[in-house]
Amino acid sequence: MNAHAFAPVALAETEAPTLAAPGPDAPAAPRRLGLGAADPLGWLLGPALALFAWTVGSCIGLIDPRVLPAPWTAAETAIQLVLDGRLPDNLAISAWRVAQGLAIGVSSGLVIALLAGLSLAGGYLFDGLVQMKRAIPTLALIPLVVIWFGIGETMKVAVIALAVFVPIYLNTHAALRGIETRYVELAETVGLSRLAFVRHVVLPGALPGFMLGLRFGVMSAWLALVVVEQLNATSGIGYMINLARVYAQTDVIVVGILVYALLGLASDATVRAAERRLVAWRRTLGK
Amino acid sequence: MTAPSPPAAIVRVRGLARRFTLKGVLNGVDLDIRKGEFVALLGRSGCGKSTLLRAIARLDHEAIGSGEIRAPERLSVVFQDARLLPWKRVLDNVILGLTGPDVRERGRAALAEVELGGREASWPYELSGGEQQRVALARSLVRQPELLLADEPFGALDALTRIRMHGLLKRLVASHQPAVLLVTHDVDEAIELADRVVVLEQGKVAADVAVELPSVGPERAARFAALRRELLGRLGVVDGVA
Repeated sequence: MNAHAFAPVALAETEAPTLAAPGPDAPAAPRRLGLGAADPLGWLLGPALALFAWTVGSCIGLIDPRVLPAPWTAAETAIQLVLDGRLPDNLAISAWRVAQGLAIGVSSGLVIALLAGLSLAGGYLFDGLVQMKRAIPTLALIPLVVIWFGIGETMKVAVIALAVFVPIYLNTHAALRGIETRYVELAETVGLSRLAFVRHVVLPGALPGFMLGLRFGVMSAWLALVVVEQLNATSGIGYMINLARVYAQTDVIVVGILVYALLGLASDATVRAAERRLVAWRRTLGK
Repeated sequence: MTAPSPPAAIVRVRGLARRFTLKGVLNGVDLDIRKGEFVALLGRSGCGKSTLLRAIARLDHEAIGSGEIRAPERLSVVFQDARLLPWKRVLDNVILGLTGPDVRERGRAALAEVELGGREASWPYELSGGEQQRVALARSLVRQPELLLADEPFGALDALTRIRMHGLLKRLVASHQPAVLLVTHDVDEAIELADRVVVLEQGKVAADVAVELPSVGPERAARFAALRRELLGRLGVVDGVA
């Protein structure tokens, strides 16, 4: 019943500007359906609001510091961790694991996707296998990987590489096979050789798919890192967090988690920046 | 050796039949195109005109059929969509697949010919539909084709742009002298541009009419109108009424 009472007011508010604007004969301004230009810093709004709520909650005692330490406590701890070298050392070790896993996962995913995408035989050979692998969560393979590679660095890098491989392969392969027939016809009429066709048509056409796979792959790499660093690790951000849990140091845990978040965001931003440069020929809704 | 064909014919199609293609069938088509001749292939949708063009362009790998086609090795195709590679700049689209030391120069010259000098570094999405189709024309002509195959190249353009493109195509064909096979469903376009109009109906050549328009004067208008009526009649349209 209240809704009925409000309805006329809402109507009057939305109609007023159109009527008041250029004159009674002027047609209504066309509705803009695209999103328009985005503010490059717009994405900061959500995080800023969350930080604000966290600060206020800690200030007025709404958040128990044993559950979640205040932002300034976390900041102090972060500075302390940097000064005594624990954070930089563990961060370097974690980053090195991710870098190795990414290098192996991206290169193998790309090579297998090219083999499977560019030839029918390659597709028959690899695609079924990868689709099966895709159905198995990478983390479910950890027991097997531990038996194969032990619990040292090799196992950690192998798990990260496995997690990266799948999205790289899937997106690149789909993009390679999704090249439009009309471009294939064009390549035939201008007499491109098979090699030139791959170089000028297939690879650049599949680049957006590969970049998308890379974004997923980078995210998967950090995800896999978190898991492997909580298994028998003696170094790395995950180890630092685990150790803090034993001593109930919530502030160290929070700092560790924030570092993960920053690493994830920073690497995603790097890939997107590369994407914008490499795929400048695309005009999309979000640009 | 087979019997020699008339020396001037560079395209020779005999008894061409195609079945089960997406865009229509052909039931025994004979067609000759002489060197430098401009032939318009007119017909309603589904009459097989695109099928014939694709067969001459050797694009119908999966087609089932029979017959004989002879066409020059050096042929270019202009499609209804400009079909520019979106990831290549305009000049790189024009010279796609060409090799040699002077290809960029030749590409620039071709772009200047289609009045797009200065747009070499643009991305395709930055061009209008008419400009994109002009790039496609430059891409075809830079290859110095003996035969230019055009599949409704102006079908997606607005009326004003189409008139400008007719003028441009006439000038380009006059200077490069390729033989042209233009597929169209526009009777006026066919008469305006071609030396000869071939009407295709249900996969067969239903008419083959020389245009022979006087260049100016009232005679031209009269001949144009008469031809138009005749061709529309062949297409089953009487005096502009279906």
